[in-house]
Amino acid sequence: MESYTVHDYDVLVIGAGGAGLRAAIAAIEKGARVGVVTKSLLGKAHTVMAEGGMAAAMGNVRPEDNWKVHFRDTLKGGGMLNNWKMVENYTKEAPDRVRELEQWGAVFDRTPDGKINQRNFGGHSYPRLAHVGDRTGLELIRTLQDHAVKMGIHAHMETTIYRLLTDAGRVVGALGFNRQTGEFLVFRAKAVVLATGGLGRIYQITSNSWECTGDGFSLASMVGADLIDMEFIQFHPTGMVWPPSVMGILVTEGVRGEGGVLKNSEGKRFMFDNVPERYKGEFAETEEEAERWLQGDRSARRPPELLTRDVVARAIRKEVNEGRGSPHGGAYLDIASRRPADYIKKKLPSMYHQFMKLGNLDITKEPMEVGPTCHYVMGGVRVDPDTQATNVPGLYAAGEVAGGLHGANRLGGNSLSDLVVFGRRAGMAAAEYAAQQTGSLQVDEAQVRAYIAEALQPFNNPQGENPFALMKELRATMQKNAGIMREEGELKAQLEILANLKKRAWNTSVSGSRAYNPGWHTALDMRLMVEISEAVVLAALARKESRGGHARLDYPDPDPTFAKLNHIIRRNSDGTLSVVAEPLPEMPEEMRKVAEAKDLKELSEKVGA
Amino acid sequence: MSTVTFKVFRGDRSGGELKDYTVEVQEGMVVLDAIHQIQAEQAPDLACRWNCKAGKCGSCGAEVNGKPTLMCMTRLDTIDTSKPVTVRPMKTFPVIRDLATDVKWNYEANKKIKPFTPAPNTDWIMYQEDVDRVQEFRKCIECFLCQNVCHVLREHDEKTGFIGPRLLVRTASLEMHPLDVENRLDMLKNEGGIGYCNITKCCTEVCPEHIHITDNAIIPLKERVVDEYYDPVLGFFRRLFGSKKRAEPSGQAADD
Ligand SMILES: Cc1cc2nc3c(=O)[nH]c(=O)nc-3n(C[C@H](O)[C@H](O)[C@H](O)COP(=O)(O)OP(=O)(O)OC[C@H]3O[C@@H](n4cnc5c(N)ncnc54)[C@H](O)[C@@H]3O)c2cc1C
Ligand code: SF4
Ligand code: SF4
Ligand code: FES
Repeated sequence: MESYTVHDYDVLVIGAGGAGLRAAIAAIEKGARVGVVTKSLLGKAHTVMAEGGMAAAMGNVRPEDNWKVHFRDTLKGGGMLNNWKMVENYTKEAPDRVRELEQWGAVFDRTPDGKINQRNFGGHSYPRLAHVGDRTGLELIRTLQDHAVKMGIHAHMETTIYRLLTDAGRVVGALGFNRQTGEFLVFRAKAVVLATGGLGRIYQITSNSWECTGDGFSLASMVGADLIDMEFIQFHPTGMVWPPSVMGILVTEGVRGEGGVLKNSEGKRFMFDNVPERYKGEFAETEEEAERWLQGDRSARRPPELLTRDVVARAIRKEVNEGRGSPHGGAYLDIASRRPADYIKKKLPSMYHQFMKLGNLDITKEPMEVGPTCHYVMGGVRVDPDTQATNVPGLYAAGEVAGGLHGANRLGGNSLSDLVVFGRRAGMAAAEYAAQQTGSLQVDEAQVRAYIAEALQPFNNPQGENPFALMKELRATMQKNAGIMREEGELKAQLEILANLKKRAWNTSVSGSRAYNPGWHTALDMRLMVEISEAVVLAALARKESRGGHARLDYPDPDPTFAKLNHIIRRNSDGTLSVVAEPLPEMPEEMRKVAEAKDLKELSEKVGA
Repeated sequence: MSTVTFKVFRGDRSGGELKDYTVEVQEGMVVLDAIHQIQAEQAPDLACRWNCKAGKCGSCGAEVNGKPTLMCMTRLDTIDTSKPVTVRPMKTFPVIRDLATDVKWNYEANKKIKPFTPAPNTDWIMYQEDVDRVQEFRKCIECFLCQNVCHVLREHDEKTGFIGPRLLVRTASLEMHPLDVENRLDMLKNEGGIGYCNITKCCTEVCPEHIHITDNAIIPLKERVVDEYYDPVLGFFRRLFGSKKRAEPSGQAADD
């Protein structure tokens, strides 16, 4: 019989991105014995790719900035579907979390007076993103990694969690395997924090790393945790479109933050014609005004290239569809004609490098070609806004895998600070919960055995399918039928495709040994990917309106009825999923005033922000 | 579209061999794309490590035609594909399987370096010109290609008494942090083994982040160590080139 080793922890953190590492640190500080599991090596999680910066209303560049303005910006960008309490916690705490990173050794870019510098990003009223050139994620993850090592973190690197383990309705640990050897591991834990990141890999064109197969959403849902608002997927407006093999790789919004502009094949800056009703009056109306804003004229308004991502992505899509795209089906993003070469190299070094190496293009001389790429999921595991607890006792979630903070659309920079604010909260709450658990944990031996057998099944199934081919099919069909623009017929067709893929995901075949076997890993990833794809499609079908990251061709406008509803994706006792609409949590009057202030003037006059 | 032959190492700790695979290549493809194509179509159990495919995570280091490089940043049109292209794992670390190596040693050796220790009661004011050079070191993506080429680790297999260029860079990022007050010179001289480095600069040449590992990190650290202890290699270089040879001077530099 297959053997396995057992590890005991108070708190098991699944994921070593920004959220997981911050949760681990918080739990260790509370005295918990903490184990961290990660599919990759320490310091390599998807967070390492983040570029532009982390948003926090520190007011270092514009003293007028404060949490209320950040609160309003975040809700406005999120189509008002955000969990207001999470947004409040987040915007109030983000500055402290950034300063704390500095105290742990992070070295952010500086203002002339020696403080942490902040840059402009879409949807933020003031320059608000603490950054390190265009490699902020690397700085964040390395700092947390170093600090966690200092605190004596116990990391299981290159280890995949295959299933969560439950006992009498609560989570008591997880079953995983060491990717390097193929050996199985049972983690017994009083509390589990999911920090598994996003699901970009269910789409063909994505900026996400291979790890983002959406495991956490499926793992949580399979043990009965509710998901929320899974229809909201962010397509970042600027991914590389050429050459084909690099399609989707991100071009940071920092390019636009630093003054880059979008043009169509006719050389026209088309964003001026794409300012939605709700943002009317907040953006520059002429190139001349946009230019003055860039030069620091505070009476001018911001350039429309800095509208939120959903708006910009759709505008690019429209230019391409109407025949004004670039040769490879994107739009032009031009920083070359706007900034001196030295400045570009200093502020956007990895973009310079990336295009030089991968695209044979010098961005200090020529415009880039860019188009939308699947980037982020706003929806996720439903959590309590203060503790990040899910509805399943013992299970917590933080970071991209948790839903609620970003509503229908996330503002750039609002993820990295989300990770540290809610990673910390989750780690603390999980450690406190663990401390209250008495008695020993019961892990069901039969459950473990059954999961192991099921995980090994592809090795004993010579007639099964090639898992890579299956994954390709999933990604292509999700892209086509549930991508940036959606429509009922295609979504329904995708549900059928998924029903079929779901069966086939359990009938794959792999060969070779269990040690570091990518075919086997892909076979197991597929089982979780089809589950979460289904949740996305079901929620997308249910939302008959367009809002934020969810755009329906058959319902092109926002609908006031849906403006008041979150979607809860719940697993029924027979294993199927259903979508339930629930009214948004009630926002107190004084917060509503902040959220609904028409503009910054009203915000400062009426609520003193 | 053309067809290229790849000779890829297949094997594990106990040994292995190069196996031939032919791949249809398209414009703009990188080596990692070719490996993925082989995985998807011919050898589903071909092991290789990668995450970002954008040169940001430092996972995909390998030796392509003998040259240590990130597979995701090496375009096929920059190498000679008229002949078979060999892809081998990094030599300095034990092979787990195929192209994936066991780099755990780096994480262990890292623990020798004392963590960031800020001055008490600092106001956290730092100027850009003071953090510029620390930021250079902090660009490191831990690809370990420098560790892979350094002859002290590669040929002499001196993994107990020497931490290697990557970790010297990390030490430099702490030592030169404007607000750090810890002293790591004793570690550098002893467990860190900075004296083993004879400034061949092979590490600098392979660094995908273009960190001036030797000039900006190792030599200034050696100078700090020299001020406390004596280092024969640096003494030799100083006599040869004069101490001007070292990195940009800065307010924090240890001597002259
Ligand atoms: C190219 C790019 C640039 C970005 N730039 C920015 C930016 O400038 N600012 C910003 O705010 N946001 C940015 N984002 C978004 C942000 O980087 C992510 O949302 C964030 O890093 C997610 O962090 P996380 O901690 O939730 O998860 P991740 O960093 O994705 O980490 C997930 C962890 O979970 C582990 N894991 C997953 N499944 C399993 C399993 N089954 N078993 C074991 N371990 C598992 C993984 O191995 C990994 O360690 C960017 C995203 C991309 C793609
Ligand atoms: S310069 Fe020093 S650290 Fe770098 S490769 Fe040569 S001996 Fe190794
Ligand atoms: S210093 Fe350069 S070569 Fe060495 S690990 Fe870091 S990035 Fe890689
Ligand atoms: S895959 Fe991340 S550096 Fe190559």
